[in-house]
Order: sequence, then C-alpha cells, then structure tokens
Amino acid sequence: MSKARRLKLRIFRTAVFLVIGAFFLVPLFAMFEFSTRGNSLTSPRTLDAWAQIVKVPELAKAITASLELAAITSIAMLVLILPTMVWVRLRLPTLNRVIEFICLLPLVVPAIALVVGMVPLYRWISINISDSILTLSFAYLILVMPYTYRTLDAGLAAIDLKTLTEAARSLGAGWGTVMVRVVVPNMSSAILNACILSVALVLGEFTFASLLAFENVQVAILYVSFVSAGTSIAVALASLLFTFALLLVLSFVGRPRERVAAAEEAIFTAPAQVGEWGMRA
Amino acid sequence: MSVAFALIGSFGLFLLLPTLVIAWGSFTTKAGDLTLANFTSINQPYLVKAFVQSVSISAVSALVGAFAGALLAYAVVTGNPRGILRRVITSASGVLAQFGGVTLAFSFIATLGFTGIVTIFLKQHGIDIFPGGTVWLYEVSGVTLVYCYFQIPLMVLVFLPALDGVRPQWREATESLGGSTWHYWRYVAGPLLAPSFLGCMLLLFANAFSAYATAAALISQGSPIVPLAISNLLTSEVGRAKPGLAQALALAMIVIVLAVMVLYAALQRRTSRWLR
Repeated sequence: MSKARRLKLRIFRTAVFLVIGAFFLVPLFAMFEFSTRGNSLTSPRTLDAWAQIVKVPELAKAITASLELAAITSIAMLVLILPTMVWVRLRLPTLNRVIEFICLLPLVVPAIALVVGMVPLYRWISINISDSILTLSFAYLILVMPYTYRTLDAGLAAIDLKTLTEAARSLGAGWGTVMVRVVVPNMSSAILNACILSVALVLGEFTFASLLAFENVQVAILYVSFVSAGTSIAVALASLLFTFALLLVLSFVGRPRERVAAAEEAIFTAPAQVGEWGMRA
Repeated sequence: MSVAFALIGSFGLFLLLPTLVIAWGSFTTKAGDLTLANFTSINQPYLVKAFVQSVSISAVSALVGAFAGALLAYAVVTGNPRGILRRVITSASGVLAQFGGVTLAFSFIATLGFTGIVTIFLKQHGIDIFPGGTVWLYEVSGVTLVYCYFQIPLMVLVFLPALDGVRPQWREATESLGGSTWHYWRYVAGPLLAPSFLGCMLLLFANAFSAYATAAALISQGSPIVPLAISNLLTSEVGRAKPGLAQALALAMIVIVLAVMVLYAALQRRTSRWLR
C-alpha cells in the first residue's frame, strides 16, 4: 500500500471513529448528566434522583418481577431447549434444519404484531391459570428462543457429543445423568452465555409487558417518567448499565478458545441468523 | 423425548396460536362470518398515513444506518483483525444493537429534549434547535434519528462478515492490472458487496418497521406509525370493540416483515457465492 493511500485511510478511520463515536457516547453521557442535576441550572450535582429509586414502591416491585421473570425464562429455556437439541443431534440429524427454522421463526414475527394474537390467550390464562406477571415467562421463552438456540448450537458443535454420550451410556448412565453430568459441564460457557442473553432480553422487554397490562421494569420506568423525569432516567441508566455489564461479561467468559469463538460467532446478530439460515439453505 | 414435545407444545401454543388468532380474526367479524371488512377499513386516512410514515421512518433509518454502518465496518475491518479496537467495537455494537426501547428514548430525551444537554449547550451558543417551539424529537423525524442509534451497530454486525470475505488478492490483482481505487470499488469490490449491502439494508428496514417500544416512549399521543396504531387500538374502547382491525394491521405487518426477510435471506445466499 502506498504511503499516500495509507495516510488517506488513516484520516478516514479517525474521522469515522470520532464522529460516530460521539453520536453513540453523547446520549449515554447525557443520561448521567440529566440524572444528577440539581434544582436549577446553577445548583450543584446531586444524587437525589438516584436515591429516589429505592423510595418508589412500584419500581421495586417491578424490578423484582423482572428479575424473577428473567430467572424463570432462563431455566425454562435450558430445560426445554437443551435436551431437545441434544436428542435431535443424536437421533434425528435430518430434523436439524427444521428445528433451526422453528427457532428462527420468532424473529420474523414482530413482537407488536404477535402480541395482538396473545391478548385473547392471556385473557384466558389470567382467568383460568393465574394473573401473575410471571405468566409472561411463556411468551418470553418464545422471544429468547432464536438467540439462545444459536448460542447453544455453537456450544454443542464445539464438543464431540456423539462420543461423549456413547461413552457415558456404555458405562451405564441414564439420560438424566448424561445431560447433567456429561453434556452440561462441557458446555458451561455456552449455557452461561445463553442465560445471560435471556436475562438481558427479558430485562429490556417492553412490548409484551405493556400491551398485556403487566408492569415489568421497563413499563415501570415509563410510568415513573410521568412523575419524575430525573428518577426515571436514573433507573433507565441503571438498568442499561446492568445489561451492558451482563453482555460485556459474555465476551469475556469461557476458556480462551471458546471466548474467541463466541465473540466471532456474533451471537447478537439474531436477525442476521435468518440470513445465515438462508445462506445454508 | 417428552421434553421435546413440551418444547414444541409451548411453541405451538405461544407462537403459532397467536398467529392463527391474528390470521383468523382479521378475516372474520366478531360474530364469526368471513369478511374482508377489516382490511378495507385500513383505508382510513390516519391508518394510511401510519403505513406511509412507518415505511418512511424504516427506509430513512435503514439508509442512514446502512451507509454509516458500512463506513464504520470498513474502518474496523481495515485495522488489525485481532486488535482490541475491533473487539471493542464488535462487543459495543452487539450491546448497542440490542439497546432500544424505553431506555434509548430516555437517553435521547436527556440529550436532545427540551432540557437536554445538547439543546442547552446549543442554546448557550445561540442556536435554537426547536424554532417554533415544537420539539421534533417527539415526532417522526426525532424517532428516525433515535432509530439510527441501533441501526448503525446492527449494520456493523451483519455487514462485517461480508467485508471480511473481501480478499486482499483482489485489490492486488486490480492494481497489477493498472486499476485505481475507483476502478477497484466500481468494478470489483462494489458489485461483490452490493447483494450483502442491500440485504443488510433490508434487514435494517425490517428491524425499524417492527420496532415499537422506542416510539411508544417518545410519542405519547396519536398513531403516527403502524405499531403505535396497533397499540392504541388494543388499549382503547373503540379498538377493543373491533378486534379485527388490530388483527388485520398485525397481519399486514407480519406479511411485510416476512417478505423483507425472505428477500434478505435470498440476497445473503447470493453473497455467499463469492464472500464466504
């Protein structure tokens, strides 16, 4: 590469990073700034808005509900998807494409459209089963499916599933033992990644909760904003930082080889998985 | 094995059943007779406007996101492939592409709202970004700007693999045949990357078209876009009396997004011919 071209490239890259970097960092910084404002433009910075977070009762209730939902969804996701994927991989490899397609389906249906069909379903559930917010975990299970399927699939592909399970079975292990003591420990980072993804998704979900009349953390943030702008932005920033931290842990967890694989796997590009499916179709 | 059935069962119940409800409901009246009235009643001015504005927000944010994202992706890919900059930007893009909804809307209100940090900064330097008093952040143009915030990282994530597939040998070949940078982009890299670029832009379009939470947090009145029209119908008396209309709108959305995603998958398959 010639010197002139290298210089032009350098200038181009610096300009792009500066401009686009500013566009992305300024709103984040603005949230910090806004939530620490005093009463007037000249009064000193204060953490009042943050202190208010714990004083608003419905906020605490909503945060608890969201965390419970996140836990339930992650566990249900693991218990349902992982055995199915193992079974399909071992016994019915031809069904792989079908399962993959099914797990990608939720990506093609917009949440706001799907929720229209869920309203009568949830009306029935609230009358006949329970009207607790925790019933949302069924819907969230569908929501997290594409993302976690991809993660777990990458984890399963990285281990020699057939040999491991055959060895365990020939030593007398039942399927339960195989799953719990053979498969899971070998995929620990993929499983952790899948759980972190589900938690992040559930904590950030708004559409289903608000239109099915439940109050999760995002809905609560919106309500609080009608009362106090500073506090709502403080909570929003807190939930954002929490999710950021979770997702950043994602790119650092696991053994070095898996870590690189996970990062390059572009787990986050769930919509892009449709394209990948198309590429291999 | 029974676990697999439980999985498929829950899928059927919570994905297929709602979709069937929408499909069935949009073609029937409340009494149960088949009808196309739900679709013809979409022909009201405010709903037509909602579709037009939804499409325009999605198209504009997809265009801006595609070009800015492609530039950023190119800036990343021309650096060290194992370097820290690339990993930071990939991780950051992964995180920011999921950052949406209420928290994103609030971050922009804190930035460009009436008492936002940038608004005040500009006002102190004599620039009033809200001439006339209407805060455009809470209208279609504001929503478009906010959408770009997650469109650009998404573009980086989905376009980076295609850029990675461009081999340096092609550049060398062009130069050894006497071509300039312009020739390279116009005749070699451009045509090769075009299907992927278009496909990714379609993906961004579908992404913006389906988005709801961000707009819900920014726009408190009216139904300027289809998702908000749907939510208003679901929460109003009038809408609840005519569930078919919301269902017809939902079906329309599903069909549009499905069509765009099918095109996207086809374009990605085309890309993989050269850029594996």
